[in-house]
Amino acid sequence: MMNQIILAGFGGQGILSMGHFIAHAGLLDGKNVSWLPSYGPEKRGGTANCHVIVGDEEVGSPIISNASVLIAMNGPSLEKFESLVEPGGIIITDKSLVPVKPTRTDVKLYEIPATEMAYELGNATYAGVIILGKLIALTDVVSTENFEVALRSILKPSKHFMIPEEMKALQRGAEYV
Amino acid sequence: MSIVFDRPHALVDKPLHYCPGCTHGIIHRLVAEVIDELGIEGKTVGVSPVGCTYNNYEYFNCDMVQAAHGRAPAVATGIRRSLPDNVVFTYQGDGDLAAIGTAEIVHAATRGERITTIFVNNAIYGMTSGQMAPTTLVGQVSTTTPFGRKPELHGYPVKVCELLSTLEGAVYIERVAVNNVQNIKKAKAAIKKAFELQLAGKGFTLVEVLSTCPTNWGMNPVKSIKWLEENMMPHYKLGVYKDISAE
Amino acid sequence: MSEKLLMKGNEVIAEAALRAGCRHYFGYPITPQTEVAHYMAKKMEQIGGVFVQAESEVAAINMVYGAASTGKRVMTSSSSPGISLKQEGISYSACAELPMVIVDVVRCGPGLGGILPAQCDYFQIVKGGGHGDYNLVVFAPSSIQELYELVVHAFNVADQYRNPVVILGDGYLGQMMEAVEFKDEEVINKVEKPWATVGTNMEREHNVITSIYIEADVLEAHNNKLQAKYRAIEANETMVEEFNCEGADVIVTAYGTVARIVKNVIKDAAKEGIKVGLIRPITLWPFPKASFEKYAETPKGFLCVEMSAGQMVEDVRLAINGKNSVDFHGRTGGNVPSQKDIMAIVREIAARK
Repeated sequence: MMNQIILAGFGGQGILSMGHFIAHAGLLDGKNVSWLPSYGPEKRGGTANCHVIVGDEEVGSPIISNASVLIAMNGPSLEKFESLVEPGGIIITDKSLVPVKPTRTDVKLYEIPATEMAYELGNATYAGVIILGKLIALTDVVSTENFEVALRSILKPSKHFMIPEEMKALQRGAEYV
Repeated sequence: MSIVFDRPHALVDKPLHYCPGCTHGIIHRLVAEVIDELGIEGKTVGVSPVGCTYNNYEYFNCDMVQAAHGRAPAVATGIRRSLPDNVVFTYQGDGDLAAIGTAEIVHAATRGERITTIFVNNAIYGMTSGQMAPTTLVGQVSTTTPFGRKPELHGYPVKVCELLSTLEGAVYIERVAVNNVQNIKKAKAAIKKAFELQLAGKGFTLVEVLSTCPTNWGMNPVKSIKWLEENMMPHYKLGVYKDISAE
Repeated sequence: MSEKLLMKGNEVIAEAALRAGCRHYFGYPITPQTEVAHYMAKKMEQIGGVFVQAESEVAAINMVYGAASTGKRVMTSSSSPGISLKQEGISYSACAELPMVIVDVVRCGPGLGGILPAQCDYFQIVKGGGHGDYNLVVFAPSSIQELYELVVHAFNVADQYRNPVVILGDGYLGQMMEAVEFKDEEVINKVEKPWATVGTNMEREHNVITSIYIEADVLEAHNNKLQAKYRAIEANETMVEEFNCEGADVIVTAYGTVARIVKNVIKDAAKEGIKVGLIRPITLWPFPKASFEKYAETPKGFLCVEMSAGQMVEDVRLAINGKNSVDFHGRTGGNVPSQKDIMAIVREIAARK
């Protein structure tokens, strides 16, 4: 099984970091992984996306042409990438920021008010992790244990105090229906 | 009987290829004498430029590296940073240093690279046969200013010492000439001081030497010296432009 | 073996160079390879190495020339327009036989072009963007692990042959993260460098590093010497991956990131009963001609895929030498050939009589 995940949203939402957490946790789980960021002109325009592949087989192209999952953290990202999701694939959106529905009807859609939930937890930056909680619950792409280890190795030590809250946010996302 | 005058050890025993009356030979000798006197030949690496002195690596007895046109200060930077305990000098002409290599010399000085640059200014391109140099004087005839250098068409001659002495990384900048015995002695003292400051680890040092080009100026050697005194020296004033050891 | 680390390509380039004993780096900022300089700036200061941010690409390559003259392991990195500026220094370095490693993380051109990935520097690196008859050894890694291994290897090859060596990647290879497993100790080919200009210490004749030979016969003799060296490199250093080529219906050839897209295509095609092979040159110079000669008459046709308007395809056609058809598919401007488009051409070739 190869999880081919596209994560997309505004710059500043932590899109690239979200992808990094998943790729790192996947590596710790013993999977083959790749993480490919957008670094082109769209980055300068304030949007960000990355392609993350996690699976048991060797990673072929790091560029995803058939996504098993799309995480859209804003409206334009949904519109731009929904066509890349394979039939039967998954789209997860931050309902707080994505007012539109996908045009695709052959995919499974999960709309999570992640930003609102993050505010309830006291920090808007948790929105990404809430979404990743749902991703992990749906796909088992990585283990929660190694997700926490990944947070610890990627986040600067000065941010480590946030990790228990991040893990709580992950749990909230997983439980959201 | 004792020998009172001999070829410096730092010069190879080989005839120089320069034109009759050219002052490069004098300047080579001054550099070699200084290397001998300071006893640094074994740890010196010189950088040859592009121009008339492109192959002066054949004349200096120390290790030598030939550089692309204008790039000698960058090449010297690479050498210096690799050999922190050695002595590194570049030998460059006016086209090499003040036209195509302007960026390299300015930034080597800016960084305070511990190198010594011998900058030979004869106000003309010699090797390529007499084109306008960045230091060609207003009114001076060259093969590319056949009616004389006109500021409105060709701009103004650049004063390298004045320019570089504004930079903090430059610790010693002096302009000398090799038109007479007295000035030749001063030139040698300046070159020696530059190497000494390099050895003391102070920073970037440069000695500009006003020089002649009888062939491309179209004059005999005696007239060339006179032309240098009457035309170049009033524009390019001799003297120390920067000396941190005096401050 | 140590643990697997998740690292960005550009950082792996720098780390691999340090592990190969490189303590001198000269560069100038340009996207998409700047992380190499960031990594070097930090590490070199910590370990007492040399990092200089030069005033230009031109200066940077000439600093490399100077450092290489002293026999030090030295590297510079840049991206396409910056490499164009370095070409003067590269030609001089090839002539002066200076070992060095030059990294080109290719972006799309021509001109200032864009910062997205491309493979449009094949001509300027493989065929020589500088003047004169010279060759650079060119490695084209396609994964982060291979990038690490080839950077270390590049320093060894550079020293062994006294020749500049290039790591040719694309923007994606520089920017992506993948697992890399560093060896506990690198294989470092220690080569004596009696030619280096480090000062005579008054114990030997002076050494001269030069690229100028004014006399015709002297320069020709030097050229002949260089050519003999290039023939030795061709004989000994060619690297290639041949995958699934035996009995293939179609053989696709690609290097770097594009070769990985082709590997996906191979899986897709197998589902349709089409056997697709891949010839992936790992050295672009020397070009792995023998692999193409070996399989020239095996498939119904060859397909060369590049992120360019068609550059490596010229070498592929020379290697096939008219024995089979060679189709080309390329995307430019920072676009990447898609699995779907490659698959469509593969189907068409496979259907040929």
